[in-house]
Amino acid sequence: MAGDAWIIGASMTKFGRYPDKDSIDLASEAALAAMDDAGATIHDIQILAAGSLMEASNMLGQRLQKQIGQTGIPVYNVANACATGATAVRTGIMAIKAGEADMALAVGVEQMGKMGLLGSAGQARSAPKGFEPSGRYGSVMSVEGVLGTQLMPGVFAQAGMDYASRHDGVGFEQFAKVAEKNHAHSALNPLAQYRKVFSLEEVMEAAMVAYPNTLLMCCPTGDGAASVVLCSDAKLKTLDPDVRRRAVKISASVLTSDPYVESDTAQPDVSTLTKRAAATAYEQAGVSPQDLDLVELHDCFATAELIHYENLQLCEPGGAGDFIDRRGPWRDGAIPVNVSGGLISKGHPIGATGVANLYEVATHLRGEAGDRQIEGARVGLTHVIGLGSACGVHVLERAAS
Amino acid sequence: MSEAKKRIPVVDYLVLEGDPHLVAQACTSCGALFFDRRNACARCGKVEFERKALATTGTVRSFTIVHRAAPNVPVPYVSSVIELDGGGVVKGNIVDAGSDAEKFELGMKVRLTTFACGLDEEGTEAVAFGFTPV
Repeated sequence: MAGDAWIIGASMTKFGRYPDKDSIDLASEAALAAMDDAGATIHDIQILAAGSLMEASNMLGQRLQKQIGQTGIPVYNVANACATGATAVRTGIMAIKAGEADMALAVGVEQMGKMGLLGSAGQARSAPKGFEPSGRYGSVMSVEGVLGTQLMPGVFAQAGMDYASRHDGVGFEQFAKVAEKNHAHSALNPLAQYRKVFSLEEVMEAAMVAYPNTLLMCCPTGDGAASVVLCSDAKLKTLDPDVRRRAVKISASVLTSDPYVESDTAQPDVSTLTKRAAATAYEQAGVSPQDLDLVELHDCFATAELIHYENLQLCEPGGAGDFIDRRGPWRDGAIPVNVSGGLISKGHPIGATGVANLYEVATHLRGEAGDRQIEGARVGLTHVIGLGSACGVHVLERAAS
Repeated sequence: MSEAKKRIPVVDYLVLEGDPHLVAQACTSCGALFFDRRNACARCGKVEFERKALATTGTVRSFTIVHRAAPNVPVPYVSSVIELDGGGVVKGNIVDAGSDAEKFELGMKVRLTTFACGLDEEGTEAVAFGFTPV
């Protein structure tokens, strides 16, 4: 059995809009900064995992190497919907655990620009010459808006309302409180795409996108990159004392897909695979939810964050509404959630998100998070979910000092 | 009277003849239901299916009211996840009930209905299904 894997370098670009840069610029910036942070160079790196939902099929990793160093090491180009970044990191972890590499570089990047609504069926509809059934459903036209919605704001709205249908005390206001919190948290994060505080009323009165998600309850599109340098136990022992002191242990790395549930026929179930990933991660790490000092979870929409309180066991079963009502996930609450501002305000450049999560938690565990530092943080959890579905959960711990 | 207008279901799991209803591919081994063509069962892995007619009544398990949509999709509209009585979970619009959030109750009873959703250049009408409160 291989030992632990460690994060010894971490970085992220500020999330936002970079019309004058390309994905390779952003990925290079993050990768070079992560290696610098680790006191490493490209010549120390034995495997590169490069995640980008839209560029993974285009040899992103190898194009990145042209900018940061072509050393001939194995490169994995990774795509796994919104779990892309976490999957790239996990690719590096697996190589270390398998003994194939003792130092790995993982990068996640996305340049989305102003894409607007994401989903499977955003195309315009026009009168066809003759209806012809096609595809696995024998559909004769785009059914978006005809047979419900498959666009992201509506899918996650329905995931939240499904939870509300089974539990008391969950409604529009509870979902809106999630966004109120994450906007407030983002004001402290200089790397966030947006840093504006909104009142609960402003959140609830913002333009409705898909009830109960208003515009301020939906993550923006944007650009950005994040990167981590990973190493093995054995390698860590040989490194500079300052690198060792700042090293962050990866105590659990879990990836799940969605097991069959009856309601898959309507839309993907984002809860079951998250519950499974969390349970496995707690077992792997030997920690309980009560041990967590902070959590970065996948709040692509406010409705999603609320149901993940329960999926990640941050609250009692059925108690997600009560948890936010009690301000449990605020930065001064029982278990701070998304102190970075989350996807809702920090931003969500898809491939970067799952790496930026790890950057955020690692930075707190190192005590280097500045104004937003959670004091004395020792253990943190990251979670991402890609619809379709893939879920990545990592548990990180501060090095014993 | 002229010949009845030609109609075609918008998806092949909607049957228009007689009382309109949905049909599923039911796994002959474990009974799991699917609306699309399947190579093997996602639940048990077996490969044989039979057509099963589903109930036209059910309950609202979840809904959203869509205000921002793809181009050419009229808004607002109500998208819902319906649990059909006797099995099957399907997504569809709740129609003829407005779009005020207060009007929709999770768990409310609904019945399947159909509506015209498009016309091709040959004059064939595409017909979709939706649900109305009972």
